[in-house]
Amino acid sequence: MFSIFKFAIRNLRRYRRRTLLTSVLITLGVVAVLLFVSISGSFKAMMIGQITDSMLGHLQVHRKGYLASIDSLPLDRNMKGKQVAEVKKILEGNDAVEAYSMRIKLGAMFSNFSETTSIRLNAVNPKQEMQTVPRLIDRIIDGKKEGLLEKGEILVPELIAKGMKIKIGDTVVLVATNKDGSVNGQPFVVRGILEGISGPGGRDGLIHLDDAMTLLRIEDKEISEISIRLKGMGLMNEAFDQLEDRLGSIKDKNGKPLFEVHTWEKLSPFFNIAEMIDLMTFFIKIMLVAIVLVSIMNVMIMAVYERINEIGTMAAIGTVPGKILSLFVMEGFLLGVFGTLIGIVISLIIIAGMNTARISFNFGRQEGLLLAPTIALNDVVTVSGIVITIAVLASLQPAWKAARMDPITALRHV
Amino acid sequence: MSLVRAKALEKTYIAGEITVRAIRGVDFVVERASFVSFVGPSGSGKSTLLNMIGCLDFPTGGFLEVAGQDVTRLRSKESARFRGEHIGFIFQDFNLISVLTVFENVEYPLLMVQNWPKQRRQKRVRELLKSVEMADQANKYPSQISGGQKQRVAVARALVTNAELVLADEPTANLDSKTSNRIIELMKDMRDEFGTTFIFSTHDPKVMKNAETVFTLEDGRWKG
Repeated sequence: MFSIFKFAIRNLRRYRRRTLLTSVLITLGVVAVLLFVSISGSFKAMMIGQITDSMLGHLQVHRKGYLASIDSLPLDRNMKGKQVAEVKKILEGNDAVEAYSMRIKLGAMFSNFSETTSIRLNAVNPKQEMQTVPRLIDRIIDGKKEGLLEKGEILVPELIAKGMKIKIGDTVVLVATNKDGSVNGQPFVVRGILEGISGPGGRDGLIHLDDAMTLLRIEDKEISEISIRLKGMGLMNEAFDQLEDRLGSIKDKNGKPLFEVHTWEKLSPFFNIAEMIDLMTFFIKIMLVAIVLVSIMNVMIMAVYERINEIGTMAAIGTVPGKILSLFVMEGFLLGVFGTLIGIVISLIIIAGMNTARISFNFGRQEGLLLAPTIALNDVVTVSGIVITIAVLASLQPAWKAARMDPITALRHV
Repeated sequence: MSLVRAKALEKTYIAGEITVRAIRGVDFVVERASFVSFVGPSGSGKSTLLNMIGCLDFPTGGFLEVAGQDVTRLRSKESARFRGEHIGFIFQDFNLISVLTVFENVEYPLLMVQNWPKQRRQKRVRELLKSVEMADQANKYPSQISGGQKQRVAVARALVTNAELVLADEPTANLDSKTSNRIIELMKDMRDEFGTTFIFSTHDPKVMKNAETVFTLEDGRWKG
């Protein structure tokens, strides 16, 4: 094997310029794919992290039918106290669940005594909420962050705060209609301004769960949604299946399921963007395959054509076809390996450079997002595997042709 | 004792509607350690005959035995193995592998064909290079040596595997007369030293007279 390796290296060095050009082409392809995977992957991970860790959680449980009418924030589709207790019991028995947060979602009128506007609110238990969506704190762009909020306080969405010139410490009034149709108002002190992010609930204000119960005059415990944080994103599908199975088995008196479970993917439109990124990555990989396939095949066809006489000599001397085939396949393999290794090194340097440069960008209404590209070992191994496999496959046809060559015809070739 | 035996050997090429009888039922025997020349004009069938003896081509009729093996119907892989074990080749254009040094060219059959262990292989290559007086050129590439030196390397490569038979197709055609004589002398010396049988085809009258046995071909048949 070593002799074939050495021989292949010599042959690649024989046509240095061609070897260099082919390697450069493969290198460019590898760099393009790795950078795309790295940047898009980091963007995707950042966005998903932001969505799940500061807003949605990994999974959510609602009463059946709630999600279909979530735009109107229907209070009559909240989970009742006994139902909440059942869900809580199941969640606490599931090892994958790290934390969960009970929320009441409501719509209200928001007034600063001179202007009034409508507002969507999440009423939460601050301790539960911080455990479930720990990066929610980072979205408080003005005001006190510690403890999230107290009873009687409100975190106002950025857009409303700007539009109505709301400041920290201002007193505002929320007026809400409960499910029975009675209207109630309650004053709140503005504790902070909450940054808006893309996706459902991304521009909602925040109040304490107890305040919502007072405002809506809820006597028994009622919850609109339960947001769940898992011990790892990788556990999501398994945990979803388990919860759907357990919660799906709880029926109402008509024999219909009482609850519905959703992953963040179902809840956030960003999942479609993430899927598009994956699709684009797939097509970029296909382009890489095409680049490697065409360039290696071209080089190896030329190599065989130019060395017909040499192939004839090797065959005449007694080299078996398999060894001739191995020699040319080894050349293709080495071209793939050279191109890939150089490509990986260049990509890692560029990625490190981008992290050092701390490049920021805007996405929708979110400004100054920091681009922090990283590349997983898994991606590097996958791309290397694809390139090297295609390099070997591309050299197989020319190598096969060389191995099957008639020695006499080859020896006559000038 | 015979090394090559042929009986009613035939080779016919068919290209579309054209049939060419390159070898027409020849019989011959080549003894071991002999120095044999096939002569004849271009197209007489010399190279075809050499190719069949060298298992590069196969007869369409008759019988051919080389080194005790019926080579009439060998498969591609079997014939490659047979060539690697029993036959050495010397070509008109030397056919050294340009990316390998002189040493590596001679080493090639031992490494890529016969898989000799490193120490034994290198010892054998050094012996052969010394025999053909190319030991001091061992690290040079073919492009750095003369035509005569290339042919010396080719002789060493043909003999390095202890081949019983060396086939040389016009081995002196690309050499001047002085170098040609040296190569023929070298081949004879090698025959004497290693007991190898040499069969070569040639047009060159000076080379012919050095042969101990001369077979003259004309239109695929023995002449006279």
